[in-house]
Amino acid sequence: MAAFFSPFISKPDTVAQIMFRVMLALLPGIALYVWYFGPAILVSIALASITALATEAAMLKLRDRPVAPFLKDNSALLTGWLLALSIPPLAPWWLIVVGTAFCIVVAKHLYGGLGNNPFNPAMIGFAVLIVSFPVPMTHWLTPHGLGQIELSFLEQLRYIFIGSLPPGVTLDAITMATPLDTLKTHLHLDEPVKQIFDMPIYGRLAGQGSEMVSWGFLAGGLYLIAARIISWHIPVAYLGALFATAGLFHLADPAHYVTPLFHWFSGAAMLGAFFILTDPVTGPTTNKGKLIFAAGAGLLTYLIRAFGGFPDGTAFATLLMNICVPLIVLYTQPKVFGKKSGGER
Amino acid sequence: MRTLYKFHGGVHPPGNKTPSTQQPISAAPLPAKLIVPFRQHAGEAAKPVVQVGDHVLKGQLIGEPVGFVSSAVHAPTSGTITVIDMQPVAHPSGLPDLCATLIPDGKDEWFLREASDYRTLPAEELRHRLRMAGIVGLGGAVFPSDIKLRPLRNHPNKEIGTLILNGAECEPWITCDDMLMRERAAGIVQGAEMLRSMLEAKEVLIGIEDNKPEAIAAMHRAVADGGLPFEVVTVPTVYPGGGAKQLIRVLTGLEVPSGKLPTDIGVQCFNVATVYSAWRAIAHGEPLVSRVVTVTGNVRRPGNYEALIGTPLSELIALGEPLPDTDSHIMGGPMMGMPLPSTSVPLVKASNCIIAAAKKLFPAPPPALPCIRCTRCAQVCPAELQPMDLFWFAQSKNFGQAQAFSLFDCIECGACSYVCPSHIPLVQYFRFAKSEIRMREQDKLAADRARERHEYREFRIEREKREKAERLAAKEKAAQAAKPVEPPAVAINPDATPETTAQMKIQAAIEHAKEQAAAIKPKNTENLSAEQLAEIAEIEARRARMREMAKSDVEPPKE
Ligand code: SF4
Ligand code: SF4
Repeated sequence: MAAFFSPFISKPDTVAQIMFRVMLALLPGIALYVWYFGPAILVSIALASITALATEAAMLKLRDRPVAPFLKDNSALLTGWLLALSIPPLAPWWLIVVGTAFCIVVAKHLYGGLGNNPFNPAMIGFAVLIVSFPVPMTHWLTPHGLGQIELSFLEQLRYIFIGSLPPGVTLDAITMATPLDTLKTHLHLDEPVKQIFDMPIYGRLAGQGSEMVSWGFLAGGLYLIAARIISWHIPVAYLGALFATAGLFHLADPAHYVTPLFHWFSGAAMLGAFFILTDPVTGPTTNKGKLIFAAGAGLLTYLIRAFGGFPDGTAFATLLMNICVPLIVLYTQPKVFGKKSGGER
Repeated sequence: MRTLYKFHGGVHPPGNKTPSTQQPISAAPLPAKLIVPFRQHAGEAAKPVVQVGDHVLKGQLIGEPVGFVSSAVHAPTSGTITVIDMQPVAHPSGLPDLCATLIPDGKDEWFLREASDYRTLPAEELRHRLRMAGIVGLGGAVFPSDIKLRPLRNHPNKEIGTLILNGAECEPWITCDDMLMRERAAGIVQGAEMLRSMLEAKEVLIGIEDNKPEAIAAMHRAVADGGLPFEVVTVPTVYPGGGAKQLIRVLTGLEVPSGKLPTDIGVQCFNVATVYSAWRAIAHGEPLVSRVVTVTGNVRRPGNYEALIGTPLSELIALGEPLPDTDSHIMGGPMMGMPLPSTSVPLVKASNCIIAAAKKLFPAPPPALPCIRCTRCAQVCPAELQPMDLFWFAQSKNFGQAQAFSLFDCIECGACSYVCPSHIPLVQYFRFAKSEIRMREQDKLAADRARERHEYREFRIEREKREKAERLAAKEKAAQAAKPVEPPAVAINPDATPETTAQMKIQAAIEHAKEQAAAIKPKNTENLSAEQLAEIAEIEARRARMREMAKSDVEPPKE
């Protein structure tokens, strides 16, 4: 029996498929992450996935919604993955669990579940963690070949789950601040950019290793555009605005302001441009609106990085722009067919 | 080469047109019984002019048009009218309608047919004949054609004036226009010249989608043979490229303004099958008693049949030899068609296609998920609407907002529903919202009328009281006048004054009511064309079902 009303056919696309392909697009970045920083990130992703699915199922039950169709939509998994990729992999297990649970329970379901949350759930999770647990959020893994000591995967697991390090090893010996963070600290000490960049943690464009991970996300992002899962508007406007602002400052005072490319390939810029800001639920629906939204986020990201209290700004920029979405959408309504001025031949 | 324009969006559903174009149009056999509804067109139903027991001939008038937007209905073959009563028909409401049942005598004997040369007849006479021949839009809208054939004079583009023949046939599965163009191109082209002269149009464009090369070739030949300056234009295949406004846009670059008709910009658009039947009606004196219909889907022998209006659909479906797993039927295409409640309903002028449906061809959609605002719907909407916003308003019954966001510009093409990854039946919500708004406006109108009546009544009572008082006063005065006293200081006119005030008061009351109505009347519906009104009338019937659907939705609407 066909449906009760037309259309009787539909494209085979599903929400689950869209989310799945976004997760697929994250794989190059994740692979490079593993290559440069070791497999600990896979543990965070696994923890995040399990927590996301469990809390999603629990919330659906509590809210009296059908569990199976929603659990299969992959949206909770994707949120978990994005959070895992935003926080240090070598962190106590409960950090990612608490963060993910917060994303799903508060940021998603308390706002009405799939499609109704005004704020990007992964970024809410990130914001909560960085405000509540600032210390473990700064212990980033050192890329291969840079640290004095490198932990084996087993030793990393022991640290993640029971918090014990091998005798004689301190946390500081195996972790470091992010390149963005380091830059900020040293700039505060009035060191010139050139001198800071001589530090071994910096690579060609930005941080050793992390710049390569950014390339991975860029590649995945381009796939998403090619596969028409996202449109070009948000990535282009975001990266464009970030580049323009960073470029302006850099041109004015290259000794104190790093290159725009450094900003592109540091922190969560690429992840944000293609995977976070492009979240359909929390972003604007009009093309013009997408441009404004993402350009605003790019500008804010730069301002927070350069002048704010946090080393990276992508998460807060996203959340701040999320607030503006209804207004942006309202003022960027496209003209309807037959209501344009140009009715002339 | 003509420059073609683009319309926004559109989708590319699988065409599935090849199976039904493998054999030429064949005549469906004469059925044992015909059921002819008196309402087969937009507007007022035709009024029966025959009685039970009457013997009628093929093409004899059995229902005459009533009112401006209406059309005639004829006996599809010779035979006897046995019943005139309410019968189930293919209407979205599922409500029965008045039909004549005709038992054919098998002779298929024509009523007198008067063949004419349109060039010898004035346009007014041609329009009358088309109306009396029951010529209506055969693309599905069944709007009476005569009304659309006033000269294209009063518009800014008057030097041009374009007649467009719609041979796009963008809906999947349907091929009746394709086959008609392949086989009867000459009649279509001659009919186009007739309509062109009635419209006083300067140019004629024939738009055909590029998935119909045979039809394009046939039409090219016919135009060349006729020595006519018409242009056969191949347009890209994209759904809903056959929508009138979309085709006009593609061919001319013009946008029909919202709430306006194509004639307002000097364009008129007819479906090729309509043009053909208009030609038959004038040049051969044959009223519209049959049409070409595609029988396809889950059948062994898909094809096109020339069938008499009133033929029970079951007989047509049987010609296609449906496969055993056929479980339902669709009238029209899969994008905009409607499910058939039963196959005993008759073929009507609007029926362009019957699809035998089975799960394997038309699987039930998965349960709807909430909207994730992915904007795929907006990307494909040919009306350039934001369906996800309209959906939000319709779901929360915020109809005012829905209207403010141009709900009535939605052409119900279903492209948005087609692409939605959450499988939300968007267009169904829009039909529901439109009908709901129409209902409310009707209610309001009725209330306004009632108030007007009430105010008038109040006023009348008042007036009667006063008149009584006046009469009394006059009497008294007369009595006084009988006595020898001074005459009254002021001469009054006891008759005229109350009457004049009365009229002024009524006028004021009516004006007031009108003003109020105008003030509250929501935007966007006042300019509805008769076509849209008819459309909306149909929609209304689906409300109940829609409500049920809304209830069973995964995410119940927030109140
Ligand atoms: S296509 Fe469906 S899910 Fe996507 S925005 Fe439109 S209504 Fe929402
Ligand atoms: S059904 Fe209406 S809203 Fe949906 S795509 Fe067609 S015109 Fe746009």
